[in-house]
Amino acid sequence: MNGLLLALAALVVQDPEVLAIRGETVHTAAGEPIQNGVVVCSGGKIVAVGPAGSITIPGGATVLEAAVVTPGLVDAHSVVGLAGWLNQNHDQDQIERSGPLQPELRAIDAYNPREELVAWLRSFGVTTVHTGHAPGAVITGQTLIAKTRGDTVEQSVFVPFAMVAATIGVGATGDEKPAPGTRAKAVAILRQELVRASEYRAKLEGDEPPDRDLRLEALATVLAGERPLLVTAHRAHDIAAALRVRAEFDLRMVLDGGAEAYLMLDELRAAGVPVIVHATMARARAERRNLSMETPHLLQEAGIPVALQSGYESYVPKTRVVLFEAAIAARYGCSFDDALRLVTIDAARILGVDRRVGSLEVGKDADLGLYDGDPFEYTTHCVGVVIEGEAVSAEVR
Amino acid sequence: MIQLFLALSLPLCTPSAPQQDATTAFVGARLIPISGPEIAEGVLLVRGGKIVAIGAAADIEVPAGSTVRDVHGKTILPGLICTHSHIGQPAGADRSAPIQPEVRVLDSIDVRHASLQRAQAGGLTCANVMPGSGHLLSGQTVYLKLRDGETIDDLLIRDSGGGIAGGIKMANGTNSRRDPPFPGTRAKSAALVRSKYVAAQTYRDKIARAAGDAAKLPPRDLALEALVEVLEGKRVVHHHTHRHDDILTVLRLAEEFGFRVVLHHVSDGWKVADEIAAAKAPCSIIVIDSPGGKQEALGVDYKTGGVLERAGVSVSFHTDDSITDSRLFLRSPALAVRAGMSREKALAAVTLEAARQLDLDARIGSLEVGKDADLAVLDGDPLSVYTLVHETWVEGELVFDLADEKDRLIALGGDGAGDLTDIHQCCGGVR
Repeated sequence: MNGLLLALAALVVQDPEVLAIRGETVHTAAGEPIQNGVVVCSGGKIVAVGPAGSITIPGGATVLEAAVVTPGLVDAHSVVGLAGWLNQNHDQDQIERSGPLQPELRAIDAYNPREELVAWLRSFGVTTVHTGHAPGAVITGQTLIAKTRGDTVEQSVFVPFAMVAATIGVGATGDEKPAPGTRAKAVAILRQELVRASEYRAKLEGDEPPDRDLRLEALATVLAGERPLLVTAHRAHDIAAALRVRAEFDLRMVLDGGAEAYLMLDELRAAGVPVIVHATMARARAERRNLSMETPHLLQEAGIPVALQSGYESYVPKTRVVLFEAAIAARYGCSFDDALRLVTIDAARILGVDRRVGSLEVGKDADLGLYDGDPFEYTTHCVGVVIEGEAVSAEVR
Repeated sequence: MIQLFLALSLPLCTPSAPQQDATTAFVGARLIPISGPEIAEGVLLVRGGKIVAIGAAADIEVPAGSTVRDVHGKTILPGLICTHSHIGQPAGADRSAPIQPEVRVLDSIDVRHASLQRAQAGGLTCANVMPGSGHLLSGQTVYLKLRDGETIDDLLIRDSGGGIAGGIKMANGTNSRRDPPFPGTRAKSAALVRSKYVAAQTYRDKIARAAGDAAKLPPRDLALEALVEVLEGKRVVHHHTHRHDDILTVLRLAEEFGFRVVLHHVSDGWKVADEIAAAKAPCSIIVIDSPGGKQEALGVDYKTGGVLERAGVSVSFHTDDSITDSRLFLRSPALAVRAGMSREKALAAVTLEAARQLDLDARIGSLEVGKDADLAVLDGDPLSVYTLVHETWVEGELVFDLADEKDRLIALGGDGAGDLTDIHQCCGGVR
């Protein structure tokens, strides 16, 4: 521990070009764990990974050591940076209630990379976060993918427009206008808007382009398959409605939440829809009342791509931590490796960023989490975090 | 999980209703008594709802005719005690006034609500069920034994005189600030509390002066009556408080009126640990996944338990269910250990120390002869994420069994879990 702290302290001073991380166990999320492994980073990328005997650490490299090394964790869906820790109106930008359909709202126009909750996630080894507009209206806006460092959107965000966030079910309805009052009305509004966007897209390709419409333009990119529609749905019948919309418009879709996804395994697999399941410890109430702590395991067992999220709940905690959520998945059915996949490589694949993050492989971003034991154990500490070859946290937490 | 499936493949265990003279012997488990050193392979004998013997397997003779439960490989803790919970959908004071001591939360609790069964699934056997924090004083709390009961009376804890065990809930800081008649500032909050306690002192003194003469007694006032119990130390104040200065305000009022207080949440407790220790005020801590949610909770830190422990403060943890999930209550002491608390004090904080804070340590909180047979049977170390609660026993009766299909649904969730309410009758009333 002391050695690590000294090494990190030295690192900050030296700002070396080459960083090597030694782990008694290195979980790469790309094969079997490596005992006594080494990861060498240069230029922000991983340039070598393997057993210590097979890797030559360049002279002058700064060396970090930890009992356990993992890929930097990927939080597959959050609202941090739009939702702040104060929970006051002035730092809650995750949902705009002026209308039910606002796909033109760009997450980058609201994301605060200096938000304390971002730093909080980072301190547990989360290096990538998919964040943006929350569930709570038919379409609430866009999402982005960021590294958990940097002081500006430009420094932190690497996918400015990741998905369009939609909600199906009671979460999309409300008693006050302009929210639709029923489930069926909410789906009708969604379908009508997708029809309009289809027509807009067709006109874009015709001889007389339409006047520019930011809302339809955003949805047209979904219809063009450039990005998925992220649909939050929990009840089985709401998931079924989402799959109907997917089939009707031939969309790429990612299911978010999915409290009852275990009842829809065949349908989800047939539709090829991955699931970013609710936080494992999310409260079992309202639409999530039938959630199961085994859902990640059941989805994996069924061969459905699945990742975990810190999620969005309106009261405390202002964010959950995917490290803790994966630990609970490991408690309830998942093997260690399968639980780790939920917050590393499988999350990266669902987000479409697996070429850069999610595993420790040569050529990928040098994002790592360092732990003094089994990362899932309550009493283990995160003792270091590396993002793109830079030690960004030496905090012991 | 493999163990779980094996367990499910066995015939479901449905012990008959225990008889008063029948002995149940838990044989072979690692016992963590809290009140003494761990026993690697022990025997625990239960009769009439009480612990009648505990010791190393070699030292304890299992009486002939005992029902023997082979618990080799398991770990047994005293049943967990949560010093601050909202299971059973309690609703205390209403919007009519900021201070409502006459309101008893026991008159609102739905004991058939699944949240009570989820608490049993977490190894809890006792909880201080409280009204909320949206008032300066939101009512009388009730300490419940998590027996399988059908009415609130089945769950109450009574003293020898028939009195019902419970405290009173107070709050300061921002939650209790609202439009009039609620206070708008911190100083007004304290002033309202002070004047109410002064009224209670006056009421108490009038009763004393009447010396039993009915003609001289003041008209009976249920609110002041409850506050007199507080002034006399019969009813502990459970005080929601987060910010360092709010914590000190509670200590000031407690000293002024001489009431006994347990400080709850104490987000900033680590900043005023010495002051809390000097006041000998016990603390009931919440452990939450991230700080914030409101300005006064920005200081929430996993280290609070350890800092208070080192200052010499009595520490318990609470779920604040549904703020945190009772099924995962052991996360709280475990995360405190992560941040520096000792393992021994962390385990005591969900058992014996919690019992002390509720004045129930003569009955519960440790595995000792003569105490209630309230047990949590685990399949591993209490502070490991991989450890599951397999059984929960209250007064010698099995109230949660992971091998039981319905109980498993409560523990893990799943199809129909959200519709569970009246589940005691699931097995014909027999468990």
